[in-house]
Amino acid sequence: MNHFLAREDFPHLLRALTQAGYDCVGPQIRQGAIVFDHLHSVTQLPQGFQDEQQPAHYRLQQTDSPYWFDWSNGASAIKPYTFAPQENLWAVQRDQSGRLRFQATLPQPQKTAIIGVRACDLAALTLQDQHFLHGKHVDPYYQARRESLLLIGVNCTHAAATCFCVSTGDGPEIRQPYDLLLSEIAAGFLLSSGSTAGATLAAQLPLTPASDAQQHTAQQRMQAATQQQRHLPAKPPLFAHLNHPHWQTVGARCLACGNCTSVCPTCFCHQALEIPDLDGDTSRHERRWDSCFQPGHSYIHGWQIRSNATDYYRQWLTHKLAGWHEQFGRSGCTGCGRCISWCPAGIDLTAEVEQLG
Amino acid sequence: MKSNDYLPHEVQIVARVQEAPDIFTLRLRFTDLAHHARYHFDAGQFNMLYLHGVGEVAISIASDPKDTHLIDHTVRVVGRVTKALAQLQTGDYLGLRGPFGRGWPMAAAQGRDVLLITGGLGCAPVVSVVHYVLRRRAHYARLIIMQGVKHTHDLIWRRQYDTWAAAPNTQVLLTADQTGQGWPFNTGLVTQLIAQAQFDPANAVAMLCGPEGMMRATAQALQERGLPDHDIWLSMERNMHCAVGHCGHCQFGGSFICKDGPVYPLPEISHLLGVKGF
Ligand SMILES: Cc1cc2nc3c(=O)[nH]c(=O)nc-3n(C[C@H](O)[C@H](O)[C@H](O)COP(=O)(O)OP(=O)(O)OC[C@H]3O[C@@H](n4cnc5c(N)ncnc54)[C@H](O)[C@@H]3O)c2cc1C
Ligand code: SF4
Ligand code: SF4
Ligand code: FES
Repeated sequence: MNHFLAREDFPHLLRALTQAGYDCVGPQIRQGAIVFDHLHSVTQLPQGFQDEQQPAHYRLQQTDSPYWFDWSNGASAIKPYTFAPQENLWAVQRDQSGRLRFQATLPQPQKTAIIGVRACDLAALTLQDQHFLHGKHVDPYYQARRESLLLIGVNCTHAAATCFCVSTGDGPEIRQPYDLLLSEIAAGFLLSSGSTAGATLAAQLPLTPASDAQQHTAQQRMQAATQQQRHLPAKPPLFAHLNHPHWQTVGARCLACGNCTSVCPTCFCHQALEIPDLDGDTSRHERRWDSCFQPGHSYIHGWQIRSNATDYYRQWLTHKLAGWHEQFGRSGCTGCGRCISWCPAGIDLTAEVEQLG
Repeated sequence: MKSNDYLPHEVQIVARVQEAPDIFTLRLRFTDLAHHARYHFDAGQFNMLYLHGVGEVAISIASDPKDTHLIDHTVRVVGRVTKALAQLQTGDYLGLRGPFGRGWPMAAAQGRDVLLITGGLGCAPVVSVVHYVLRRRAHYARLIIMQGVKHTHDLIWRRQYDTWAAAPNTQVLLTADQTGQGWPFNTGLVTQLIAQAQFDPANAVAMLCGPEGMMRATAQALQERGLPDHDIWLSMERNMHCAVGHCGHCQFGGSFICKDGPVYPLPEISHLLGVKGF
């Protein structure tokens, strides 16, 4: 963190990105929540906004502070930019003799720079990479999107009441690979690069050496985000408590809406759908995000392995917090707290684990 | 080109055999013969069969891994895709991707007694093992085939069982929960057959396929006969979409059945067997 970029010079970064052929994406307010979307100008950034999050509660508050990134995280992580909510896998054409011609419909994404990625979400991206790219089978659709990304991280300066990245070891300081890393202070940003692409961009910016005082301020601001109210045990022994009565208690509250799985940056379930054209000879095979809270998720001929909210919730939590250790060598939760804020029933996994441990 | 495990390859139906009113076998060959030549699999692995405009289903490979001529699949009509597959004829085209998953421990079973215990209608993953062992008879000790059905008329391939029973060093034990007239075999559950099976528990491998309750009870009966847990193998089934461990549908605790299974040694999954909801 030995460079400083003045706030009024931030547009240079956007310009450098655009000139290098990147489509810029950054945080913006949509329908009362912060989401990522195309970013053309710094005026679109949520200046002065802070988030207030609680179980089943998310509000933005306007303050007169100069900060652009003083909120902890928004409704969606960056998951849709790598693992698309809906995507064609291939198309097939049948000719008159019934022969089938299969064609992969690989995405050709534009190079995209995402500005404002948080520690918990970069950690989640590393986990999704592990799932889609580093296993026995490589997912070429995810891979094409993943390779198109340039990641500009921002260290958190404020933790929502729902955050617990300290206990999962994923934040608030960014430790996963990034291209550029920013720490916001009132006058601007401390900046460091973490890749060749990042260094090339940094070389085009009007940077000055960061002073000790600036570095100290940034460090202190980040320190504030380590004050967190929630905590997740490292490896809750959930598989040893599959018959705990508390599963029923949480199942009775759960609406099985699946919000928790769609906001979670590490959930990867999807379904494959066959979508024939009206011409009868063209058909495409599509995948869409799915959720273990959907009745069809566990359907096998004639019956459902899981058929009620208690079973759905138990599948989700045991997978996320215990099954992941077996599959990926660590928990599937990076402490972002989204599933707590966006659960309409206010179900809080950290509190449930306390009952179930 | 990067490999794409999602993309099916075109296969043609070279022959079709009606095994029973709702069970049929498709014998397939890739239209790209170079691809056919490259294709290898282990007994117990499965493919995803794709029917144009309808979708994909997971089906075990029933033919012998060394038979490079055709790839066989025995399918039971149960729903949307399998019903449509049943309409196909010789000469029709399908999509196929695979092979996927972990097969039976055929190498580890060499020189030992092989117990095949199945429940319900035609258990394709295990039929392939019968063929496998019979064609390599000298490599295995005793072969014991135990099959349980609900009603006597559920037993398909009766003639095939007679042929197998006549093979050297092979024991065939059949049973039905409910028996009718003219049924020369046993009455009762498949677990009750284990007492009659002649095998050396210190030198045997058991391969189980069928409903989970049946596999659980069978595993317990085998344990009581002294077979160690790591010599008891089970073939699991769950909803499958991707077959490559990405879509999450086939999760079984910390494993993906499509990738880590469908065949498992008992110790890997015993903590979840019979737990409702897993
Ligand atoms: C590893 C494996 C090997 C199999 N081998 C064979 C075989 O050799 N022969 C055979 O006849 N059947 C086999 N099956 C079962 C076969 O995949 C299902 O019967 C088939 O998917 C049902 O599809 P359907 O569209 O006809 O039925 P529907 O009931 O209409 O199915 C709709 C959906 O449920 C899924 N589904 C339904 N039943 C199952 C099931 N039992 N297992 C997995 N997904 C299911 C389908 O993929 C589909 O998404 C195997 C299943 C697995 C997992
Ligand atoms: S489980 Fe909840 S807190 Fe953990 S990463 Fe997913 S959404 Fe965030
Ligand atoms: S836990 Fe909450 S968000 Fe998840 S399915 Fe249940 S009600 Fe919906
Ligand atoms: S079928 Fe998709 S993960 Fe196993």
